[in-house]
Amino acid sequence: MNSLSILGLIFVGIFFGLMITSAVFLRQREGLILREISAFARLQRAIGLAVEAGSRLHISLGRGHMLSTQSGIGYVGLSILGRIARSTSISDRPPIATSGEGTLGILTQDTQRDAAKNLGVEFDPVRGRITGLSPYSYSAGTLSLIEEEDVGANMLIGSFGSEVGLITEAAERSESMTLGGTDNLSGQAVLFASAQEPLIGEETYAGGAYLGVGPMHIASLYAQDILRWVLIGLIVIGAIIKLLGSL
Amino acid sequence: MRNLAYTAIAIAVGLVVLVGYFLQLELLVNLRLVLLEWATLLVAVALLVGVINLLSVHWRKSTSDNKNRVNSIALIVAMVITLGVAGYFGPTHPYSLWIFNYIQIPIEGSLMAILAVVLIYAGVRLLRRKPNLLSIVFIATAVVILLMTGPLFGIDIPGLAELRIWIGKVPAVAGARGILLGVSLGIIAAGLRILIGADRPYGGN
Repeated sequence: MNSLSILGLIFVGIFFGLMITSAVFLRQREGLILREISAFARLQRAIGLAVEAGSRLHISLGRGHMLSTQSGIGYVGLSILGRIARSTSISDRPPIATSGEGTLGILTQDTQRDAAKNLGVEFDPVRGRITGLSPYSYSAGTLSLIEEEDVGANMLIGSFGSEVGLITEAAERSESMTLGGTDNLSGQAVLFASAQEPLIGEETYAGGAYLGVGPMHIASLYAQDILRWVLIGLIVIGAIIKLLGSL
Repeated sequence: MRNLAYTAIAIAVGLVVLVGYFLQLELLVNLRLVLLEWATLLVAVALLVGVINLLSVHWRKSTSDNKNRVNSIALIVAMVITLGVAGYFGPTHPYSLWIFNYIQIPIEGSLMAILAVVLIYAGVRLLRRKPNLLSIVFIATAVVILLMTGPLFGIDIPGLAELRIWIGKVPAVAGARGILLGVSLGIIAAGLRILIGADRPYGGN
């Protein structure tokens, strides 16, 4: 076991400890305030509108491979899909989810089926679609869906490359709102320019906490924030030491 | 009861894979490799399920009164031909490669070309939608990088090449590292939530 493995294990252990501590702390405290992220405030309104006005929500989970690091963003997308499905499945136009990877497609349907079962409504498997299995075929399949299904709001949470620009353009043309976040750097740049509400970096992973998926999402957000500041501190200290050393 | 079993399996497998990654114990490493091989097989089966899902959705659309049913019919025909050719002759046969080289690549290439236009349009729209300092810096950086990436009619603007190198080496790397740190923390958080059963995307939430 090398020193890097020990360091990695310690880091994961600290993260886990912070998550549990935050969860215990949050249980004792009510009325928690999270910093405002306008994208999630707009999304909450879009969810309300979907139920009241009967507009369709589209959740795009990208094409992240579930056996790679891209699975992280895929799980976040699935949590958010579950939350939205539980809120809007009773509406006339239940949400529709798209993905571009086999495992993610199965989990998408499973999440929606679970939400429908909890609400006692029927689940139509067509609401969880795989629109293409390569980056551009996925985008091409999704943009035609946005037009056909008369989507009111699009939530793009998953692993996307620059091809996501085609999806946001289709959303813009259909005059529907777009919120987007990804783990891919070029995808983030494209979303920053083209999405109405882009999510940058860790903001994407905070979706579950802001949409009230569960207390553990808020606890993990706390742990992320604490460790981010610790890492920033370490980077700054490291830079200062290096600067002093070169003097 | 079934949900409890799913959760128990997910937590146990997750723990074995995670601990096997850090601790190089022979039993754990071997178990981890076996589990990962099973997962790879399941992902391959899931890909097949994905193809069937794609086919069933478009079959339904092509048999309904959908205005874009022609597209769905074209997709089904293309899929059947491709699967037939690649299945019968093999994926490396000249016929299969012809489909790939002369149909799929040109179509994806044209989509990439459309994307370039779409991105220019999105850049202009960004300045109209959010006319703030961040948007101006974003667009200005993109323009500088573009100017210095392609030949500018043989004109050499002094300092621009150095500016491009500096942008690539300092602010771009710093920003990318900041974003990737946030992403990495998010991935760990998502993984740990699955590991403790707080998130159960496999059903039973």
